[in-house]
Amino acid sequence: MSEVAVVGFAQAPNVRRTPGTTNGVEMLVPVFHRLLADTGLAKQDIGFWCSGSSDYLAGRAFSFIAAVDAIGAFPPIMESHVEMDAAWALYEAWVKIRTGEAETALVYGFGKSSAGELRRIMAMQMDPYLVTPLWPDSVGVAGLQARLGIDAGLWTEADMAEVAAASRRAALSNPDAQLAGETTAEELLKQPYLADPLRAHDCAPITDGAAAIILAAGDRARDLCERPAWITGFEHRVDTPLLGARDLTTSPSTIAAAKAAGVDGVQVAELHAPFSHQEILLRQAFGLGEEVRVNPSGGVLAGHPMFAAGLVRIGAAAAEIRAGRADKALAHATSGPLLQQNLVCVLEGH
Amino acid sequence: MGAQLAAVIGTGQTHHTAKRLDVSMAGLCREAIDRAMADAGTDWADIDAVVLGKAPDLFEGVMMPELFLADALGATGKPLLRVHTAGSVGGSTGNVAASLVQSGVHRRVLAVAFEKQSESNAMWALSVMPPFHMPVGAGAGGYFAPHVRSYIRRSGAPNHIGAIVAAKDRRNGALNPYAHLKQADITVESVQASKMLWDPIRYDETCPSSDGAAAVVIADEQTAKGRPAAWIHATAMRTEPTTFAGRDQVSPQAGKDAAAALWKQAGIKDPVSEVDVAEIYVPFSWFEPMWLENLGFTEEGQGWKFTEAGETAIGGRLPVNPSGGVLSSNPIGASGLLRYAEAAMQVLGRAGEHQVDGARVALGHAYGGGSQYFSLWVVGSERPGAR
Repeated sequence: MSEVAVVGFAQAPNVRRTPGTTNGVEMLVPVFHRLLADTGLAKQDIGFWCSGSSDYLAGRAFSFIAAVDAIGAFPPIMESHVEMDAAWALYEAWVKIRTGEAETALVYGFGKSSAGELRRIMAMQMDPYLVTPLWPDSVGVAGLQARLGIDAGLWTEADMAEVAAASRRAALSNPDAQLAGETTAEELLKQPYLADPLRAHDCAPITDGAAAIILAAGDRARDLCERPAWITGFEHRVDTPLLGARDLTTSPSTIAAAKAAGVDGVQVAELHAPFSHQEILLRQAFGLGEEVRVNPSGGVLAGHPMFAAGLVRIGAAAAEIRAGRADKALAHATSGPLLQQNLVCVLEGH
Repeated sequence: MGAQLAAVIGTGQTHHTAKRLDVSMAGLCREAIDRAMADAGTDWADIDAVVLGKAPDLFEGVMMPELFLADALGATGKPLLRVHTAGSVGGSTGNVAASLVQSGVHRRVLAVAFEKQSESNAMWALSVMPPFHMPVGAGAGGYFAPHVRSYIRRSGAPNHIGAIVAAKDRRNGALNPYAHLKQADITVESVQASKMLWDPIRYDETCPSSDGAAAVVIADEQTAKGRPAAWIHATAMRTEPTTFAGRDQVSPQAGKDAAAALWKQAGIKDPVSEVDVAEIYVPFSWFEPMWLENLGFTEEGQGWKFTEAGETAIGGRLPVNPSGGVLSSNPIGASGLLRYAEAAMQVLGRAGEHQVDGARVALGHAYGGGSQYFSLWVVGSERPGAR
């Protein structure tokens, strides 16, 4: 079985609004340029391309086809696309490399949330016969989950504010972050509710962004960078879509994926938690102790490019390995209402 | 490194029709899945992962429907992937599912693809006009008609070739219990008498809009050995941009490259003599000769002669679309996986009335976008290398 590593990562600045189209090209072109320059690869050196995006977010059919224009895909390329966060595109690429059909892969994701009303768009992910017709607001739905956890004694509003404050402080060292600053939980708790018990800082911001990662196999990875971030566990699972049929204060799919991937001994974790209480929920699901650094990038509360944010978690965790700040790192991505689908990627510097 | 062997051990599909108002999306998928699971003799505990393929979400009006379908797909508690590569997606779904086994990650994978166009309006979904892009407001027929005209001009093909393909595929569809359109009495003359929609494409040369689903169970060597199996000999996918100066839209380079990679991987040197049957994505009749050339079954400009000589009919040198193909059933997202499943059914000897005698090697083909996405596989009744 071939070893596969992350050898390069780049992302567009996370911003509230970009002037470009919803197909990501304007954000992706500079990201590809930077990533290829950093690894010394040309586009012809990439054996497999895979992307993640959403037509509903883009407000049109086939947005991912238009995104291919960012590549300059002639001569033709070996390419695929998932209608999911690009973390799952990275999974498909990892599988492809393991078949031996490709030695390198470039994976990208993009999302321009500023083009529509995200809270309404996300309602389109629910059961179209029984739930979507009620147009449940995505922040309101998350508020129900936060309330359940508070009532169960699993977290408090102060704990949630502490997560948000830590995100803002960590993001000061992340030049691509959308929200960063010196603040405290005490300050944040003075803010009004957005959807009780959630305040604005408890919710990931509306972000336009894109990101890309290059994977390489074995010796190719060693040639391309000094300290590749080797993927030693890669698992994902999905839970039932029926919100009334699962315990919303935990995440069975995360726990199952973590067990299969082997997360013991991780020193740092990048968690895809679009709401502050979900970071606490995920820490509990993963069983992360105090010694584990969580979201040194600031996480998605500091910037949440839809359909790229999960991939960014893997890129940020790999950056911790590649810089030698950790020997074993955990990256997590989520999709679907209230953490329905979860992916776990374990990276090591061995 | 090197891929592990993988094989199709079961296939299933729905009865395809314009509006399956008797079932929800979940029910539609489950109909195909239950048939595939029964055909494979597998139970849910045997399935390690599920891959769902579907064309644009706007076709049903649900964002990422695999999420709300997770229970119905039997995916809850398991890995679930959602593939979308335009019209080629059914083929890509098969290829991704195969790669999950070939990589050694999983042992048995369920691949499902569906489209339920009656839930929304595909024409509307294709008519959103994003800035800086050529509008496709006239639908797929209007988009592809100029490519067909260009093919006719370049090849010098006579006008009735498209009608030959349409009459053949609809008659084949009459042999397929699942086909949307079953027209046993259709003739070349009646096709030529049907209404002109997008010159030179007439009404009877056009695929229907269907509700439908397809499913296949793909297994590793240990599971597949000693039982009927369609061994996967090769898979290929290629993409090129929709438009650029000098692009050959009639015979795109991405299709040629995908075919070359496929034949090489399958160890096939002369496709027309080594492949016994082909399920090719032909949504408009003229695409049969166009893809015969693009795939390397004939020389450039010769595809129409092969069709005209009757070589693509059941009993011909290379039967193409004995199932009736996309011209008889077109649940868009599932159409590619139907081609893949029908290829597997042929080498398994399970194609019923449209079985091609002695089929041992079969091609499944799908294309999408503006003829820019290509997904292919070759399956055989014997293990790769055993021929």
